[in-house]
Amino acid sequence: MTTLADQPISASGSSFKLSMLLNDTRYRSLTFQFIALVAIIAFMAFVGGNLVRNLAEAGLNISYAFLGEPAGYDINQRPIEYDSTSSHGRAAVVGLLNTLIVAFLACITATVFGVIAGVLRLSNNWIVSKIMSIYVEIFRNVPVLIWILIIFSVMINALPGPRDFRGEDATASMSFFDTFAFTNRGVFAPAPEFTNSFGSTAELPVTTTGMDWLLVIAALLLSWFVARAVANWATRTQEATGNRPTTWYITLAIWVVPVVAVLLFLGLTWNVPELKGFNFRGGMQLRGSLIALWFALSIYTGAFIAENVRAGILAISKGQTEAAGALGLRPNRIMSLVVLPQALRVIIPPLISQYLNITKNSSLAIAVGYMDVTGTLGGITLLQTGRAIETILLLMLFYLTVSLLISFFMNIFNNRMKLKER
Amino acid sequence: MTDTNVSFVRHEQIPPSPPPPSQSGAIKWARENLFSNWINSVLTVLALYFIIRLVMGATPWFINGVWDADSIRECRDILTAAGKETGACFAVLVDRWDHLLFGFKYPQDAYWRPTLAFILLIAAAMPALFYMYVPRKFLLGTAAYPFLAYWLIWGGSLWVPIVVAAAIIATGLVFRLVESLNVSTRTLLAGAVGILAAIGLAYLLFLGAQELRFIAGSIGSEGLRIIPFLLFWAASIFTYVFFIPMGIFVGYAIYDDAERGGLVTVVTALLAIYVMLVYLLGPVSSGLNAVIPLELQAVPSRDMGGYMLSLILGTVCVSLSIPLGILLALGRQSNMPLIKGVCVVFIEFIRGVPLITLLFVANVMLAYFMPPQSNFDLILRVIIMITMFSSAYIAEVIRGGLAALPKGQYEAADSLGLNYTQATRLIILPQALKISIPGIVNVAVGLFKDTTLVSVISMFDIVGMIRGPIQQSTDWISIYWEVYLFAALVFFIVCYGISQYSQWLERQLATDHR
Repeated sequence: MTTLADQPISASGSSFKLSMLLNDTRYRSLTFQFIALVAIIAFMAFVGGNLVRNLAEAGLNISYAFLGEPAGYDINQRPIEYDSTSSHGRAAVVGLLNTLIVAFLACITATVFGVIAGVLRLSNNWIVSKIMSIYVEIFRNVPVLIWILIIFSVMINALPGPRDFRGEDATASMSFFDTFAFTNRGVFAPAPEFTNSFGSTAELPVTTTGMDWLLVIAALLLSWFVARAVANWATRTQEATGNRPTTWYITLAIWVVPVVAVLLFLGLTWNVPELKGFNFRGGMQLRGSLIALWFALSIYTGAFIAENVRAGILAISKGQTEAAGALGLRPNRIMSLVVLPQALRVIIPPLISQYLNITKNSSLAIAVGYMDVTGTLGGITLLQTGRAIETILLLMLFYLTVSLLISFFMNIFNNRMKLKER
Repeated sequence: MTDTNVSFVRHEQIPPSPPPPSQSGAIKWARENLFSNWINSVLTVLALYFIIRLVMGATPWFINGVWDADSIRECRDILTAAGKETGACFAVLVDRWDHLLFGFKYPQDAYWRPTLAFILLIAAAMPALFYMYVPRKFLLGTAAYPFLAYWLIWGGSLWVPIVVAAAIIATGLVFRLVESLNVSTRTLLAGAVGILAAIGLAYLLFLGAQELRFIAGSIGSEGLRIIPFLLFWAASIFTYVFFIPMGIFVGYAIYDDAERGGLVTVVTALLAIYVMLVYLLGPVSSGLNAVIPLELQAVPSRDMGGYMLSLILGTVCVSLSIPLGILLALGRQSNMPLIKGVCVVFIEFIRGVPLITLLFVANVMLAYFMPPQSNFDLILRVIIMITMFSSAYIAEVIRGGLAALPKGQYEAADSLGLNYTQATRLIILPQALKISIPGIVNVAVGLFKDTTLVSVISMFDIVGMIRGPIQQSTDWISIYWEVYLFAALVFFIVCYGISQYSQWLERQLATDHR
């Protein structure tokens, strides 16, 4: 006797029709995927065949050998040593570091702008919240390229030239106790220098003060670990006794003392820019292109972050604040212990995508002549070598790697912050 | 009795006395909203100082603005002659108005065409944007708009867009016709179409296999590239083995499916539109044009510029990328690993790279992937890349909408016996798209702003016009505030308008009564 369960199998076995590959849900997805596979292969064949033919016609081939050849052009901002005899590969690395520098700086300032504007937009001060809404709406609705160009033009045209600082009747003067000079060639700021520097070693010709900065970073890392240990100890004490020991001065000391000691050991001095001849000498020069890009990216993305922050704070229901108040917490405690930890959970994912946007938008550097990786690898190297496919693929690979890395680390952070649901 | 002692009894209510002046009107409002505590007071004073400085600085500049001058020097002379220290040279906007809006190559006597197209765009968008107030038949006008706009902006013969529109309508009629055929006729048709499709597909696959062998050969001739060499050979052998069976299978499947008729209708319609567009479009439209000439001066794409270019890129790319984005989102949600994989890789790749690199691809790299001697113009290549870019972002927004739907909706659709297409079209997408509207609008606004990036690959949109022909001309050398503020203003108007509309639409669509 056949059971019901046996029937479909025998039925399908006995009368298999070819159209069942399309109509029967058991086979249909396999059929579709097979067709898709064939379509993809056909597409690759079409594109690849065209590529091979076009390259043969132009007498080109795919080769990355050009990365080792001398670049022959100068880069005006060099985080690592570079001159025009260095290779195209090194030029690409310099550009890459420049991209990371401006992206990093802009991420920090955009977060600061965004948090301030987002919080102030919720303020009960009518005029301040209105100003912040106007800021957000104006900057969100105008292309970032226009902001970059406006700020760059203002820096070039409205700031005084170095010659205006000269002579008895100087029309411009240095700011902040004669340490900073805002000129149309960029901002000249004091540069830190080490008298007892380790210098650069032959094996590591990165920068002349690279080793010294590594030492400073190591000191900061050490402080971070110790400060965390102190905070853990305070929490344990609080859990055991109910009283949290006052630790702020210990933490402050832990953060300040090692760094100061290291800096004293290295012999930190400031190299203040001075007007010599027709330009400023000494100090460090932050070029107008860097500042325009940095400032425009931060103020533009800050407007988006402000909206995220506002949405995050508004997402916390009023009951949370009221409950915390009923428990007897003071307003700043309510903010730091109840509202912010919950709001951060809402804020962080869009914040990550804003950081990604900053990194990608930093490629607009090419419009103001800041030599980021799009300017070196995708700009001058491409024009000089004519290797369009290779350079653009490398460029995409770089941005893709950075994007995936940022979202990977931020996702880890996000998962740790996530609400633990049971 | 005590009654007689009462000397005064009030018979009417006393009118309420006004609140004390400090508790009413402007003073109360100011105290509550501006000076509620000392931090607020400091903020208010700072904000007022900031506003006053801004107004004091900007007002004379605006009021002293010169609207009539031929060059920046003449404008400055006028200002100094009037004894004014600052003043804007708005004359540049008057002088270069046409360039800012249409670019510097668009024929001057044809400026009315894009203007009319823009006005019609607003008219055509109304039925779609305010569909709840406008009768549905007006949507026909919206559907006809792209053809009309193409003719107005690019010029040429009106018959070309008309014939294309007619071909699309005819395809729809063919679809209906095949659907309504009785089974025996349809089986006959399915047999014929099946044979055609089998031969066509087998031929295409054969060409593909030869192409793969060709690639493998040219890779092999350079030596030492063993893995791609073997890979392409394997793929080409795979295609050689399957090109006839695949053709026969698809052809037979069309025939075998005749009773249900889904496949045969779709394939017949596709064949019909292919034949009409490839073989009939040219002769029919030129023939009609010879009988009744309806022609405008043709304008090549490279002559487009100014704000018009941004509007063209924005509207075309957004409207193309929404359907593509829906397909990508559905593909990413699909449970077929290959299709899901392709969609995930595409979306993540596009989202991981900046638009500028994709524009570089359009500018210098895409030509390598096209057949030799094919001649895509730059604007079309840019449209392809921007559409790919925005469709990846829209796909992610719609995926969010799909994920936000409760699982019960999918299960309810299944239990009603709807198939995948029906369930998606009738149950899933309407709800998912409604959730995704704010996100889609954000992407659209972002995309519209990103169209300014084309100035980097030497196309002359409004920013390109400012940086190139205006700032580098001798008349208006290095003028910046006036022109950039104008560019910012035109973008602000459109982007702000769109985002306000999306907020309004969100309120209209809020059917959950909270």
